[in-house]
Amino acid sequence: MSVSQTLKKTLTIAVTGLNANDNPGPGVAVIRALREGFDEKIRIIGLAYETLEPAIYMHDLVDKTYRIPYPTAGVEALKSRLEQIQSIEKIDVLIPNFDAELFNFIKIEKDLLSMGICTFLPSHKQLEQRDKVNLKSFGEQNNFNIPASEVIFKDVEIAKTAEQFGFPLVVKGKFYEAFVVQNLNDAYKAFHTLQAKWGLPIIVQKFIKGTEINIAGLGDGNGKAVSIVPMRKLYITDKGKAWAGITIEDEKLIALAEDFAKSTSWTGGFELEIMKEESGDLYIMEVNPRFPAWVYLTVAADQNQPKALVEMALGKSVEKFTAYKSGKMFIRYAWDNVVDVEEFQKLSAFGEL
Amino acid sequence: MRLKTNIATSENGFIFNPATGDSFTSNSIAAEILSYMKAGESIENIKLKILDKYEVEPTQLERDWDDYMHQLKEANLLEV
Repeated sequence: MSVSQTLKKTLTIAVTGLNANDNPGPGVAVIRALREGFDEKIRIIGLAYETLEPAIYMHDLVDKTYRIPYPTAGVEALKSRLEQIQSIEKIDVLIPNFDAELFNFIKIEKDLLSMGICTFLPSHKQLEQRDKVNLKSFGEQNNFNIPASEVIFKDVEIAKTAEQFGFPLVVKGKFYEAFVVQNLNDAYKAFHTLQAKWGLPIIVQKFIKGTEINIAGLGDGNGKAVSIVPMRKLYITDKGKAWAGITIEDEKLIALAEDFAKSTSWTGGFELEIMKEESGDLYIMEVNPRFPAWVYLTVAADQNQPKALVEMALGKSVEKFTAYKSGKMFIRYAWDNVVDVEEFQKLSAFGEL
Repeated sequence: MRLKTNIATSENGFIFNPATGDSFTSNSIAAEILSYMKAGESIENIKLKILDKYEVEPTQLERDWDDYMHQLKEANLLEV
């Protein structure tokens, strides 16, 4: 056997969502899962929007980082930047991890493939279906419990909705963030805060009391969920993010995620945000079109979803995972990473580090 | 009254419900009772064992037993 035959090709995987802050992107968790799944045989390329995204400076996780244009710059700017990066890096698979960037990445999916970059993304239709604005009708069409909600464009519409749903009320931004408000004044404040940050419309939703559970899933694009791992939030930050959680076993949750993958023929990673009422009824609060920031827990539960996604992106057949470990916990922590200003300077000046 | 089959218990009294993610701690006698329940022993047998092993009046045991079963039910650890 020659030396070349014994060497395996190093996979180069590009990942976004490197903002490991108090509202973390999934990038770090995805990279940890890939490093664990593929051992030493991968090279990770970070794609960052801002110079202070923490994972850029975590050199044991990210081999090289490039800045990419914000989604608002449009698809051509993104395509051109990725062409430039690809001429240097020879990326095999790209995993976008932000909701707001997905539209553009889906748009250039074929261009990426022609550059040699594989992806495993939902379609624009799938993306649209689960959008917060359309979630209610999506639920009605597919028999999912979704909390009653109204999509509003003017703050004066809040009063009527509040009368209909009562307080507390959930006021949600178009892309991110939500506030639980107890009165009209706070509802107006939440409306304007979210409008200023994420634009219109705003979603006003009936408050559902229960246990917060999230499900990380991976759809094969043909109606099958290859992997499903439910997690109960144990510690929730003021932004509603799970800072600690535990995998749980519940057939109803698995069935719900399977139904979701079946009814949408979902392609790629997804996260269902569930509220479980005391009666046991499950409400889908949100559907995120990507892996969650806690996706590393799927590795601990014996279903490495990011690794499976990479294999599916490369056209390999992946068997449906049939079991996972319950009782696996994650407890997130914050850590001060000290770096020299030269690194920051290099990234700021040249757009790469 | 039967303990749900998927409930995990340890010798030191830690109880974990994998369906909900809830966990509890219990004292040594409660842990002992749980281990008997997990082994499938009848309630009558368990009570006899406790009466035999510890200095407790039957009426006191009944009161404590009801209270403990109520707690287990509230914690969603018993089969309905």
